[in-house]
Amino acid sequence: MCGMVQQLCKVESCDEVAAKTFLLRFASSEITASAQPGQFVNVLAAEAGEGPLLRRPFSIARVDGDIVELFFHAIGTGTLLLSRKRHGETIDVLGPLGQSFRVDADYDTALIVAGGIGVAPFPFLTADLLKRCKRIETFVGYRNAGQILTSHLQNIHIATDDGSKGFHGNVVQLFEPFLDRTDLGKAKIFACGPTVMLKALSELAKRKNICCEVSLEGHMACGVGLCQGCPVERTGDGSKYALVCKDGPIFLTTDIIL
Amino acid sequence: MTASIKNKIKTSFTLRGIEFKNRVFVASGTFGYGDEVRKLVDVSRLGGIFTKSLSWKPRAGNPPQRIVETASGMLNSIGLANIGVHTFIEQKLPYLRKLDTRIIPNIAASSLQEYCDVLELLEEQEGIAAYEINVSCPNVKEGGLNFGTDCSMTGKITASLRKLTNKTLIIKLTPNVTHISEFARTVEAEGADAVSVINTLIGMAIDIKTRKPKLSTVTGGLSGPAIKPVALAKVYEVAKSVKIPVFGVGGIASAEDAIEFLLAGATAVQIGTMNFVDPVISVKIADGLEIYAREHGILDMGTLVGALDADLKFSVLQSWL
Ligand SMILES: Cc1cc2nc3c(=O)[nH]c(=O)nc-3n(C[C@H](O)[C@H](O)[C@H](O)COP(=O)(O)OP(=O)(O)OC[C@H]3O[C@@H](n4cnc5c(N)ncnc54)[C@H](O)[C@@H]3O)c2cc1C
Ligand code: FES
Repeated sequence: MCGMVQQLCKVESCDEVAAKTFLLRFASSEITASAQPGQFVNVLAAEAGEGPLLRRPFSIARVDGDIVELFFHAIGTGTLLLSRKRHGETIDVLGPLGQSFRVDADYDTALIVAGGIGVAPFPFLTADLLKRCKRIETFVGYRNAGQILTSHLQNIHIATDDGSKGFHGNVVQLFEPFLDRTDLGKAKIFACGPTVMLKALSELAKRKNICCEVSLEGHMACGVGLCQGCPVERTGDGSKYALVCKDGPIFLTTDIIL
Repeated sequence: MTASIKNKIKTSFTLRGIEFKNRVFVASGTFGYGDEVRKLVDVSRLGGIFTKSLSWKPRAGNPPQRIVETASGMLNSIGLANIGVHTFIEQKLPYLRKLDTRIIPNIAASSLQEYCDVLELLEEQEGIAAYEINVSCPNVKEGGLNFGTDCSMTGKITASLRKLTNKTLIIKLTPNVTHISEFARTVEAEGADAVSVINTLIGMAIDIKTRKPKLSTVTGGLSGPAIKPVALAKVYEVAKSVKIPVFGVGGIASAEDAIEFLLAGATAVQIGTMNFVDPVISVKIADGLEIYAREHGILDMGTLVGALDADLKFSVLQSWL
């Protein structure tokens, strides 16, 4: 967390890129200088008294020069306010926060598995993996064709719950047969999405003996380890809980109980 | 803040012989052990740091969900998750004592003996300015009844700890009682040097889709700007009924809020929930107090304490009903 800053950042643009899904771009050379894939930022949606009290956490979706990109679903008060930000307005950002994906581990193929807006951290990860010359296969699952986001991803396999595009079913059902029929060399899974999906995937990874890292969501107040508000149960001895914001949001599935 | 202003305005105050450089502190449980945001916050600009609560053994805390945002505030049920006093002494205190501010450990326990044990162990350490006692903890011996809502128990804890230390003893009072001033008078009589007013208010939130409580513990503690008017009234009530200083705490979000607390009778203020929103807010508030003092020709911040200009005819407590 060495590069953490708190600053007012200028919004470059905020556009609806899929159903209720927004791409927010803002400038911060400090954040782009130190951010690693998997880290997040904690954003104040509005000034004091004009919106919700607490910051909202979002994965860093991509960095592009001095620009930080976030992908988010407008689902509640905070994200609706953010979705109305326009070019030239400012947002108060705290970040980059948390631990990153461990990309330097020993594997040949990176298997990215995302459910819905869980795709958010993966454009950034993909850029990093490409630099490391890893083979990448990306599996994304959405409710329907209207929600699909695939920019800056590699070798994309799509599943939709309603079958309106790609495989008809959930992303884990799409992913499992691929594992069986493809020669991947040594593989590592990187995943983000709803807890039920991560749970199914973590069991699959265990059965197939593949290393699996997930990005978790948790209700947060501070995002930096001050409030102890974001516990996730961990395996093994030692303390019972880890903090999603500080020890995560990236965890090996063998280290936590989903 | 320029040096010339600093020189002119007296911001410091003294408690039991210890000088605090100003009247702005960070509240227990809202600033960790001071190291999480050390790169962002210049803690030397603060009167002191009230640490996360410490118990004898580490406490894992409650299962998720521990946090719920509510209108202008939040509910928490952290469950006093903490590293325990031994780890605190080994891993946190060496760093904390090097900081150019006062360190005030907050002690939480589930028995009278545990309060005493933790304090006695801390007594052997260097670099501690005072103690704050969190009495809003379940008393295991009494079937989980809260110490802090039992006036005689609160008094007993104070008296027992008083015998063990010559350092400043601050009791943090809960507002979840009928008359908080009774508790304040009791701890004053038992030798407390100051009180912190208030701890969180009991609150609750329900998910109407699942019909389940949003917090794993059903109810939790409400904090943030939503409770500021309640906290201010409690500070006013307590400050009028005891002679010992009051640390005002509850929803303070700006220098203006802090000034309200001083006027209501608080000697100093603690910034709590707002640290989660803006980690540097306490320093901004300390700056804001000095700007206010300069603009109003105030030479000693102490002159603001209790300087409320109220028509006493209307200030008979609880007479508005
Ligand atoms: C580390 C991390 C990374 C995230 N990355 C993204 C991302 O890249 N894109 C994205 O769309 N969403 C992401 N989320 C979820 C996002 O933070 C929530 O959607 C957002 O907080 C909702 O705010 P709201 O005011 O619109 O919703 P409301 O429902 O009004 O929020 C009420 C409260 O619940 C909290 N909350 C609601 N949903 C979630 C959730 N899923 N996770 C955590 N807290 C929640 C809010 O922060 C707020 O405190 C991430 C969450 C975490 C913890
Ligand atoms: S959100 Fe505060 S400790 Fe994790």
